[in-house]
Amino acid sequence: MASKLTMPKLSDTMTLGVLLKWLKKEGEKVDAGEVIAEAESDKATMELEAFDAGILLKIVVPEGGKVPVGGLLAIIGEKGEDIAALLSEKAPAPEPESVPESTQPLPAAPVPDMTPADEIITTDSVRIKASPLARKMAAAKGIDLRRVQGSGTGGRIISRDLAAMPSAAEVPAKQAPAAAPAAVSSEQPLNTMRTAIASRMTLSKTTVPHFYLTMEIDMDKMVALRAEMNAAQTEIKISFNDLIVKAVAAALSKHPRVNGSFAGDKFIFHQQVDIGLAVALEDGLITPVLRDCAARSVGELAKEARVLIDKAKERKLTPNEYTGSTFTISNLGMFDIEEFSAIINPPEAAILAVGAIQEKPVVQNGQIVVGQRMKVTLSCDHRIVDGATGALFLKDFKNYLENPALLLL
Amino acid sequence: MPEITFREALNQAMAEEMERDPNVFLMGEEVGYYQGAYKVSQGLLEKFGPQRVIDTPIAELGFAGLGVGAAQVGLRPIIEFMTWNFSLLALDQIVNNAAKLRYMSGGQIKMPIVFRGANGSAHQLGAQHSQSMEAWLCHIPGLIVMAPSVPADGKGMLKAAIRDDNPVIFIESEVAYGYKGEVPEGEHIVPIGVGDIKRPGKDVTIVAWSKMVHVALEAANILAGEGIEAEVVDPRTLRPLDEQLLVSSVEKTNRCVIVEEGWPYAGVGAEIAHRIYINAFDHLDAPILRVTSEDVPMPYAANLEHAVVPNAQRVAAAAKKVLYV
Repeated sequence: MASKLTMPKLSDTMTLGVLLKWLKKEGEKVDAGEVIAEAESDKATMELEAFDAGILLKIVVPEGGKVPVGGLLAIIGEKGEDIAALLSEKAPAPEPESVPESTQPLPAAPVPDMTPADEIITTDSVRIKASPLARKMAAAKGIDLRRVQGSGTGGRIISRDLAAMPSAAEVPAKQAPAAAPAAVSSEQPLNTMRTAIASRMTLSKTTVPHFYLTMEIDMDKMVALRAEMNAAQTEIKISFNDLIVKAVAAALSKHPRVNGSFAGDKFIFHQQVDIGLAVALEDGLITPVLRDCAARSVGELAKEARVLIDKAKERKLTPNEYTGSTFTISNLGMFDIEEFSAIINPPEAAILAVGAIQEKPVVQNGQIVVGQRMKVTLSCDHRIVDGATGALFLKDFKNYLENPALLLL
Repeated sequence: MPEITFREALNQAMAEEMERDPNVFLMGEEVGYYQGAYKVSQGLLEKFGPQRVIDTPIAELGFAGLGVGAAQVGLRPIIEFMTWNFSLLALDQIVNNAAKLRYMSGGQIKMPIVFRGANGSAHQLGAQHSQSMEAWLCHIPGLIVMAPSVPADGKGMLKAAIRDDNPVIFIESEVAYGYKGEVPEGEHIVPIGVGDIKRPGKDVTIVAWSKMVHVALEAANILAGEGIEAEVVDPRTLRPLDEQLLVSSVEKTNRCVIVEEGWPYAGVGAEIAHRIYINAFDHLDAPILRVTSEDVPMPYAANLEHAVVPNAQRVAAAAKKVLYV
């Protein structure tokens, strides 16, 4: 009686193995326990032993072939035995990656082929044989092809394997456990801006060693000053952000490293303070740049910021208007965000995340009074800005905001 | 509509065009007094006289060249090759003059010439006389290549070929000359570059031309008995190709088999498959399969000849393979 040699589970996390090398040829005799092939799991290379003695009748998977755990590799039996039935048996689908049950319970039996995607799947990490039509159908239905058993030639996934399957969007919600993330239901190709955001933010967060400094600032005087400025003139409405830009610029002038860049084997110190303002767009963001902020008045900065922000929202900025900043400010105060930490916009050394100005009970001269407070978080590139460097910058920044008269000096 | 044979349909096309335009004339071996080796030119000598129905010596290069010269000065020759096997001798005129003069003269010289004749295998004609030449001819920019499968197309396509100002290769089939079909009387034109669905179906597209359309239709009948609805698409003109028709059929069926009497290597079917891959890749549920003659010179023995040429069983098997059944 012929028996199947299948891909063993060589590690706890293994779902797929690579048949590296056959040590026996078709037609050769094998003994029980004899090593007949080498396979590679996700962790190591292992030897495969034959469980039964006999003749290696058929090698199903060539060297280099990727096979799910339990997939048929070869058939061992007596010479001349009919192995057609064994060959036509379907191989099991690769098992879903195991996840700790407490956090990611697998869905119950009814939709075994529709396990919601619970990890990022890169399609080229596993070669899936599927017809172009099947790929198109799977994409339209949001079906993960790794969960589909192919019935075409050589296990190819073809249209009929998908025809009967519900699309991810049609799978009733109650069948998926509440904790599981929603299955992919549609796709949106990235436009240029989203592609740029994805690559730059990934580059920054994976290559720039970030650390974060958070500080609470008393904004009482700034609130009063702004009210006074806007009451005294109507030409330009001054926003808190304009005042923050001015204070940041003043502080940066005193802390060249925070206004600098790490450049591999050297630091670069920028003579001018050019501040990028993160502006949210409908699907994305852009940072128009206010040039030479340290040398200009709040009024000038406010006027130019208005123009740039309007252009940004109309997507009419020219490249020199959104590149070359030396520091960036991201303000989510208008969304009532109390505090947050931003990702550095390389090659800058730091970015300031500004939260909302909130009324809070504060102690002043032994009395609890209502104060205006704002939290800011400075994200720093540790390769150029150390903790103390960043802290001293923030201290000066705080000093300017709490004592706005200094900005006039 | 009267039912007539393929040879009668072609005869009608030539007679009508010769009546319509005094510049049209027929030249070739045995086209006059013998009435054509396959009787396609029956009665034309009597009707139009020896100035317009010209018997030639057995000298293909010579009379093909005469035709090219005549076309350059404004006549509209129809050059009959007894079979396309013999056209090999005339290929220099076809490839280097007919196909190129319009291009090389910057459009000043027109080339309204039709080269026509029987193509492919018949029965036990031997290796040299059983060849399908369309792949050779389709390779040449400057040539139009047409290959009708049914009498009505034969008439309509030949009339379009004669009226065109470019050199047209017109592929006929010795076996098919006796096939009968309904043919419209009088003016009936099948434009160059327009294909036809010879049998509609939804499960698999079978592309075939000339005689192979009949093999494809027979295969479609076999498949219908098994509940498979094959769509038989006849491009009719092989160059330029009716890509749109082929692609829309494959978009519907998601599967394609191409039948070709010629050899597999660098065959017309290879080009058609390529174009379907490029234009309908995401609609394919299986690799395109080709059914061709075997890659050998034609054997003389009848049983071996049958084994070489595509037949309905082979086509049906290929169709089932792309359907994974």
